[in-house]
Amino acid sequence: MTTFASDPRARTTFRSRLRDRAWQVAAAATHPRDPADYLDMFRPLRAGADLRARVVEVRPENSNAVTVVLRPGNAWRGHRPGQYVRIGLEVDGVRLWRSYSLTSAPGDGLITITAKAVPDGVVSAHLAQELRPGQLVHLDQAVGDFVLPDPAPAKILFVTGGSGITPVMGMLRAGLGRFEDAVLVHSEANADAVLFGDELRDYAAAGHLRLVEQHTDTQGRLDVAALADVVPDLAERETWACGPAGLLDALEEQWSGVLHTERFRTPLVEPGEGGSVTFSATGTTVELDGATPILDAGEQNGVLMPSGCRMGICFSCVLPLRSGAVRDLRTGEVTTAAPGDGVLVQTCISAAAGACDIDC
Amino acid sequence: MTVLQKKAANPIGHLSPEDIEEIGRRLDEIRAEVIASRGARDAAYIRKVISVQRKLELGSRAVLLLSIFPPAWLIGTAGLSVAKILDNMEIGHNILHGQWDWMRDPKIHSTTYEWDHASPAEQWKHAHNDLHHTFTNVVGKDNDLGYGIMRVDEDQRWYPLYLAQPFWNFVNALFFEYGIAAYDLELGKNLATKERRQDPAFKARAKQVLKKIRGQMTKDYVVHPLLSGPSVLHTLAANAVANMIRNVWSHSVIMCGHFPEGVETFEKKSIDGETRGEWYLRQMLGSANISGGRAMHIMTGNLSYQIEHHLFPDLPSNRYQEIAPKVRAIFDEYNLRYTTGPLPKQVASAWAKVFRLSLPNDFAAKLRLGRPVGPGRAGLPAT
Ligand SMILES: Cc1cc2nc3c(=O)[nH]c(=O)nc-3n(C[C@H](O)[C@H](O)[C@H](O)COP(=O)(O)OP(=O)(O)OC[C@H]3O[C@@H](n4cnc5c(N)ncnc54)[C@H](O)[C@@H]3O)c2cc1C
Ligand code: FES
Repeated sequence: MTTFASDPRARTTFRSRLRDRAWQVAAAATHPRDPADYLDMFRPLRAGADLRARVVEVRPENSNAVTVVLRPGNAWRGHRPGQYVRIGLEVDGVRLWRSYSLTSAPGDGLITITAKAVPDGVVSAHLAQELRPGQLVHLDQAVGDFVLPDPAPAKILFVTGGSGITPVMGMLRAGLGRFEDAVLVHSEANADAVLFGDELRDYAAAGHLRLVEQHTDTQGRLDVAALADVVPDLAERETWACGPAGLLDALEEQWSGVLHTERFRTPLVEPGEGGSVTFSATGTTVELDGATPILDAGEQNGVLMPSGCRMGICFSCVLPLRSGAVRDLRTGEVTTAAPGDGVLVQTCISAAAGACDIDC
Repeated sequence: MTVLQKKAANPIGHLSPEDIEEIGRRLDEIRAEVIASRGARDAAYIRKVISVQRKLELGSRAVLLLSIFPPAWLIGTAGLSVAKILDNMEIGHNILHGQWDWMRDPKIHSTTYEWDHASPAEQWKHAHNDLHHTFTNVVGKDNDLGYGIMRVDEDQRWYPLYLAQPFWNFVNALFFEYGIAAYDLELGKNLATKERRQDPAFKARAKQVLKKIRGQMTKDYVVHPLLSGPSVLHTLAANAVANMIRNVWSHSVIMCGHFPEGVETFEKKSIDGETRGEWYLRQMLGSANISGGRAMHIMTGNLSYQIEHHLFPDLPSNRYQEIAPKVRAIFDEYNLRYTTGPLPKQVASAWAKVFRLSLPNDFAAKLRLGRPVGPGRAGLPAT
């Protein structure tokens, strides 16, 4: 017995076995529900619960953007600067999920995101106007490859536009002291509209980075071809870029060096003809035009659709296409299933191309 | 259109096909209004009911740990009965109808919710949503109408076996959840022949039901009693009583929905080629409401608004009360009978029908148990 008690490994397995047993009894006592459903009412942020976060603060960043400070539950596994997180909010009673880059440095148990108001944007408006400290939001673990390697390269270039500064802000806040030679070229309508403008200018003044601001109201759009004029040693710099599609497309076309990009939206091609989509497991059928993602349509009709980034990167939304055809909204490519087939399609960037049957 | 036409006063004889389609159009409008205005208020309502139910259940179970003391037994049993009723009626029944799917909350969704009931949600949904709500009050197609074991309409042939139907109905009330599990499994039909008994699909479903029942039994009759230590037998009895109270209550509410006098039944062939308007009309005439206060509506899962529920099975239950006056106005305008009454009256009326139909028609008439002529129908022209 003494050897048993003093062996830490035996002790933990004994404890975890005891815990499993207790949980089994609890599950038998709450059948057919999960004991977690009851615990969630009292301790929604405990380890082992579905990940949620408590809103600590909502503060305006400028007239057009808010920063939300969150305290994630104990299940939060942390993040790497530059990654983003999916947040689920109840807007008018409906749970909506959106992705936001983390703007805080990892560490102190709090995370922040910064959301820019999008015209007619449902979630960005909710964050700015409805969200209050103390409320709970749903959260996923941080994901994304738009991160710096460790150690960071000696020479770095960041190219950002508008709200695309957010993931880079996360990197700067986390790693400023460690950058040997970093340049940030940031494009925004005017000096006042620059998100985190004061902080960025302070960093520049303190010599942490070289800041090049492009104010499009007066200076016009950032010309990628002319970037070498402001950053002469371009070719030597590993580059991280995030911003409007036009900027990223131009960079991807013209860049010769190592380039990492992060997109907030998916570039789409001209939509084709729609069709009727049947969600066979749920038994719902809807008529769709050729531009509506099947994910959105399913959700609007009460089908529980799996989802993630909602822009074709993460593959969280894939479902079997049992029959019919769908069109990829980014490329226009059509995928057709033979009846009884189960080809997996990404519902967030697929639209109906004629009648089709999705297994959900 | 229906069995109705054979009756002395046809309650829809005065409606033209255009009237019927206009009724359908107006009901569609009411539905669209509710759908367009679903929102935070409704979500808060169902979350609140769920939270109250969970806390009441936990509290009652905790009190029952001391059920050896009579006051604790009484309070715990009452609380648990209410909690079970809330789970089955306002929460389970309505979530499983998809009334809250629009919230996109995976915990409050028709495809994921499982209830405190012998019948697995999946099977109940098929029997209830696909069959009962589609074939509402169609004799021979709607199992909810007498559950396949009772005579529910004068037009059905009488057999001596029906003499016992008041007794069957009472037993069914006491063990209602198992009754439901049995006819969700279509047990009568599936046990009839060897071939059906051995059908793998049936066997898989039967296994699923047995598993669910085992889990339910283990919870109520093993785990909680054992946790109560010296109160073991008291808790066991309390749980059995709570289950029965829930059973009798839901049985009564459901009987009130389609069985009281004034509710019409329909013939199988009457629904061939039914239009949307005709479908609505069948729901209007085939359902009955229960009048009462707010607590009554919540405890019945708003099935006290059975008419509204049958017209719009997937609208959030808290909205039935709000649209009821508009629905009733359509009934009045088209001179149709909106059947409603307080619970005791409707239960008595439904039971009276069970007794009457247990006897042959001519015998019941002699005993003056004849079908009363309702006020709504009296005003209608005879055909
Ligand atoms: C990986 C990733 C990281 C992101 N990080 C951030 C971030 O840090 N900060 C931030 O503010 N946003 C970020 N976004 C965008 C964010 O997820 C939402 O798309 C954005 O907040 C708009 O949501 P909404 O509900 O307000 O708009 P919706 O109601 O979904 O859309 C309203 C209208 O605006 C258009 N629209 C949607 N998104 C944008 C957009 N980004 N710009 C302009 N128009 C748009 C839609 O096409 C639609 O017409 C990120 C997105 C991704 C995929
Ligand atoms: S949601 Fe990420 S790929 Fe579709």
